[in-house]
Amino acid sequence: MSTAISLRGVSKHFDQVRAVDDLDLDIVDGEFFSMLGPSGSGKTTVLRLIAGFEEPTSGRVLLADEDVTRRPAFARDVNTVFQDYAIFPHMSVQQNVEYGLRVKKVPGAERRQRAEEALATVRLEGYADRRPHQLSGGQRQRVALARALVNRPRVLLLDEPLGALDLKLRREMQIELKEIQREVGITFVFVTHDQEEALTMSDRIAVFNEGRIEQLATPVELYERPVSAFVAGFVGTSNVFQGEVAQQLLGEEGTFVIRPEKVRMSSEAPGEARSGPAVCAAPGVVREVVYLGSTTVSVVDLDAGPTLTVSHQNTDSSIDAALERRDQRVVLSWRRDHLVSLGAAPAAPVASPEEETA
Amino acid sequence: MSQQMILSSGLRRSLTAVTLVGLVVIYVPLALVLLNSFNTDNTFGWPPESLTLRWWKLAWHSEGARNALWTSIEVAIAATAIALALGTLAAMALRRSRFFGRNVVSLLIILPIALPGIVTGLAFQNGFRTILGVPLSLWTIVIAHATFCIVTVFNNVQARFQRLGVNFEQASMDLGAGRWTTFRLVTFPMLRSALLAGALLSFGLSFDEIVVTTFTASSHDQTLPLWIFQNLFRPNQAPIVNVVAAVLVLLSAIPIYLAQRLSGSTAETMTGAR
Repeated sequence: MSTAISLRGVSKHFDQVRAVDDLDLDIVDGEFFSMLGPSGSGKTTVLRLIAGFEEPTSGRVLLADEDVTRRPAFARDVNTVFQDYAIFPHMSVQQNVEYGLRVKKVPGAERRQRAEEALATVRLEGYADRRPHQLSGGQRQRVALARALVNRPRVLLLDEPLGALDLKLRREMQIELKEIQREVGITFVFVTHDQEEALTMSDRIAVFNEGRIEQLATPVELYERPVSAFVAGFVGTSNVFQGEVAQQLLGEEGTFVIRPEKVRMSSEAPGEARSGPAVCAAPGVVREVVYLGSTTVSVVDLDAGPTLTVSHQNTDSSIDAALERRDQRVVLSWRRDHLVSLGAAPAAPVASPEEETA
Repeated sequence: MSQQMILSSGLRRSLTAVTLVGLVVIYVPLALVLLNSFNTDNTFGWPPESLTLRWWKLAWHSEGARNALWTSIEVAIAATAIALALGTLAAMALRRSRFFGRNVVSLLIILPIALPGIVTGLAFQNGFRTILGVPLSLWTIVIAHATFCIVTVFNNVQARFQRLGVNFEQASMDLGAGRWTTFRLVTFPMLRSALLAGALLSFGLSFDEIVVTTFTASSHDQTLPLWIFQNLFRPNQAPIVNVVAAVLVLLSAIPIYLAQRLSGSTAETMTGAR
């Protein structure tokens, strides 16, 4: 596998702010790569550095092993789908999609044919003659995608392209984008602050925090084995045990994380759920029960102090029972090998994420 | 969606009355000018005894008026052309860079429109004649006019740039277009209506300018406002002046109408792009 993009020691400072701080990154040819992080974490700046809209304060940007650090945007073999799409308002859909070919002096007939293909790829056949203001948000998003794809770039950069769409459309587009990416085989670099979006689509995800990559991993690894409290908190919901509580409940020093769906909740009956070599158990009181359709989430105050979030699939009809649990005493239990250690203790508990999330 | 304002009927009626009075005050004198251009009495006695086309014929054949009209048009076109080029370039330059003193430069460009014409006129006359040693000509008028015509173009283009942001141009560069191609295919088409609006305003400003023109025109260059001013008090020329004024009233409606239609339609396409 060859690398599509490499960043070597790249920093970008805006006055006193270090938007990107000494970053090394390799993105492999043909992968769907996501950059995930809160706003201001530097992910969009990295995208703009790759596109050529910003020049790094220091470091090098390589596209296919070629140094493009000082090259302007129009001389780089990458295309961008902008957050607000930036569809040219004075051109038709067809003219928008053909734009990249037109400025590269591709002959008219080929131009039309490739534009047609690109519009078909994004399922917009028959919209060629529309004006941008006649399109819905989702359709504009597709035009922006077609306008970039028609150039067959080596890398496609997407800057939160689904942010302006409503939830249902966003979910549909997530799956469609992934399909399109497989179809065209182009490297996609996708910027988002939505962890679910990143988990849904990506081959690999880089989690950004304060200009640095906090963790770079596959979605499964990221979810099952976060390396820091920041990642654990940003990707999904996490229950964190720290310091004394960890010592008391788990019998170990350090910081540990467990996902809500890995915790079992049972009624407090003698003989049930005891702590043992493979299982931890802790009693508590249910403070809140939230019904979310496919899942039910319970918030439990443990006697030992911390508050845990527990989630369960609503696969049987015992939901009523769950809802009646408010203010009831319960016992929470979880397998020790589902705990993820965040460093402090040297030997991390061995987890088996693959079989759990299949 | 803005909510419809609800006004009491009394307030509504007084607003209507005020509007009507305002319109009457503005347009009755203008209508009078039009009517008097057909008045047989060359001292404009009221009411007109009868109507005639004689003054219109005389005005049509008046060489002084016609030459002055052409001079004015030439000056206005030349001043507008300079304003378009320099105003656009200035707006582009100030948009890209954030250098020290940027606001000062911006202020210096806009200032001439606020300066009293008599100051600008005197300054230019001194500058041309005593400092540069340039004899006054049509070109000295053009240059003096261009200094305040630039402002209309500059302001319009700057406002458009602000509204557009840089995303469209970045998208164009991203798709492989160089800086010049980007300007030709994206920036300029999106500026077009702003440029046209600025040009119309600039043309109008130059066309009816009299104070600065008085100081920067040579004795044999006469723009239409200068000609009108000089002939206004000659009894046998007064009816012709009146006809010229009437023509100007009718002609000035055209650019205003165009500008209004233009800004209306572009507002639509610009918001459609969001």
